[in-house]
Amino acid sequence: MRVNGKEMTLGNNQSLLQFLAANQFDVVTLAVARNGEIVPKPTYDSVMLCEEDTLEVVRFVGGG
Amino acid sequence: MAMKRTDPMVYQKGMEIIASDILDKVLKHVDNYDYLNYSQSDVKQALSKEHLSLEDYGALLSPAATPYLEEMAKKAVVETRKHFGNSICLFTPLYIANYCENNCVYCGFNCKNKIRRGKLSIDEMEVELKAIAKTGLKEILILTGESRHHSGVEYIGEGIKLATKYFSTVGIEIYPLNSDEYAYLRKCGADFVSVYQETYNSIKYEQVHLSGSKRVFPYRFYSQERALIGGMRGVSFGALLGLDDFRKDAYATGLHAYFMQQKYPHAEIGFSTPRLRPFINNADNNPNDVHEKQLLQVMLAYRLFMPYAGITISTRERAGFRDHVIGMVATKISAGVSVGVGGHEQDEKGDEQFEISDPRSVPEVHQMILDRGLQPVYSDYIRV
Amino acid sequence: MTDQLVIGGQRFNSRFILGSGKFSLEIVQAVVENGGAEIVTLALRRANQGGEENILEYIPENITLLPNTSGARTAEEAVKIARLAREINCGNFVKVEVIKDSKYLFPDNYETVKATEILAKDGFVVMPYMYPDLNVARDLVSAGAAAVMPLASPIGSNKGLSTKDFIQILVDEIAVPIIVDAGIGRPSQACEAMEMGVAAVMCNTAVATAKNIPLMAKAFGQAIESGRNAYLAGLGRVLNQAAEASSPLTGFLED
Repeated sequence: MRVNGKEMTLGNNQSLLQFLAANQFDVVTLAVARNGEIVPKPTYDSVMLCEEDTLEVVRFVGGG
Repeated sequence: MAMKRTDPMVYQKGMEIIASDILDKVLKHVDNYDYLNYSQSDVKQALSKEHLSLEDYGALLSPAATPYLEEMAKKAVVETRKHFGNSICLFTPLYIANYCENNCVYCGFNCKNKIRRGKLSIDEMEVELKAIAKTGLKEILILTGESRHHSGVEYIGEGIKLATKYFSTVGIEIYPLNSDEYAYLRKCGADFVSVYQETYNSIKYEQVHLSGSKRVFPYRFYSQERALIGGMRGVSFGALLGLDDFRKDAYATGLHAYFMQQKYPHAEIGFSTPRLRPFINNADNNPNDVHEKQLLQVMLAYRLFMPYAGITISTRERAGFRDHVIGMVATKISAGVSVGVGGHEQDEKGDEQFEISDPRSVPEVHQMILDRGLQPVYSDYIRV
Repeated sequence: MTDQLVIGGQRFNSRFILGSGKFSLEIVQAVVENGGAEIVTLALRRANQGGEENILEYIPENITLLPNTSGARTAEEAVKIARLAREINCGNFVKVEVIKDSKYLFPDNYETVKATEILAKDGFVVMPYMYPDLNVARDLVSAGAAAVMPLASPIGSNKGLSTKDFIQILVDEIAVPIIVDAGIGRPSQACEAMEMGVAAVMCNTAVATAKNIPLMAKAFGQAIESGRNAYLAGLGRVLNQAAEASSPLTGFLED
């Protein structure tokens, strides 16, 4: 699986929510695009990831 | 016998209603316009600005601006040159019919007025158009009285088609139409539409338009907008100065044009500044308070408020006035004018709408323009 | 009646929009408070694993967040970035910027109009950053923009109002708030923009590159307020000392 451009191993069946928590992402302050599609936050628990997925995990930073 | 009169704010059957808020906006601003509230310092302030706000425009139309006409004129010359250079457009009107269904108390074509009525046949039109074209003019304004019955849209359309054979620019000054009818006349070859509101005071409007479709105030008001929706290239605005409070009417005219320009930025905007003149069977029509000084003030205010707008100077004014305002405020002047039906080549088939004050021919006006260091322009457009 | 800035139905007392880029998180709060800003822009970037400092924690509560679409080179990318930002639950404001010129960082007006239309239909309060062009500004308003943000000079250049005359035309002609964005280098330039009648000024680099950042934020806040007051007061007359024609132009009048 690719996360923010880096290869990662997914391991066993995980939901998006489980994956983010396991990798210490702060779910409240981020947003996720999976294979180019925005994942609505309420569905993080039900979206099951697979090895072919590409994730973009983004958050706010300073900007003008 | 008292006749029941119709409500002038209610559309009559067949009149198109378009979605627009410009009427409300104009009337609201005019209601709040009190020209006695402006001081000389407001006028000076306005004269120092590059772009005039609605308030500045109000100041220039106020009595407080009277001592500043000379300064306004100096600024107007600069603005006119900036936008139009030395050029002065020449044109002439051709009245193709003078039947009218409206009872407007100030007008010589008034349907209750006993004058000779008539309309030109297509052949007669061609004779007139040819004769006018021989003078070298390239722009023509086709006029009718306001009678759908006697001068239908198709009749006018035929006249326009014929006119495009001899002229590169065709304007029309006819009764208000729906947008699809304007689109039809555009296809026939019309470029510009002039409709004058006469007065923006709806109460006065009702009093002077006793009957006929012209009585419907909002339908007339939205004519220019329907014309642009119909694809016309430009529209002209005007109040008949002196019919009501001319300062308020001039203020409303400017705002009407201003809001239209904002909504239709591609449109060419023009002003005419007719004031009441004596007419047949009503020689003692009350003279009003629009003297030359006030007329010039209105023209200067139009110019400074909308420096890019064309301004036409009417043959209702004497030669000495017309000659001095071209280049300063006016950008367009008529020449070789007949305001009866036809009358350029053949005998008139109907009486005049008003008496003109400047009967000079095209070559005479042409020479006058040159003598004033300006450039006569016959055609400003190409047809593509 | 108080003088408020209204964008997308929301009312603001301050006309200073602060960009939060290029300075450290610890002083964000001081900068916001010193400048009196009520709208702060943010950007969206990739998150890292393992918990990191969150800028949202440093921004005072009552501030309206204005995420930008920086990084977008097409309308499509801008739309995606805006929608991702909305998932973070920080409101529906978005500053659309689409830039595919890496030398001058000029916004692509054409793509910006496209993105604005899509996002406005999608319920965003869209504030597009644009190159000041009257026709484009009209298109943006037709597309649903809640404000129009013309650039004063290239981003980060601190050059001031290079496009002044064109911005003035937008102020005169466009009905939604005109907010000057990018290129303002000094408080005096922000003040000058406000005197012209622009609705607000957005600035980031000029504040972030000052020696004393919170103090510069304060200076900008004051300059913007001062310029606004000057605009509301109506600028005084500047005497024109040009030579005048000697013979009168209105001597011909009769009756």
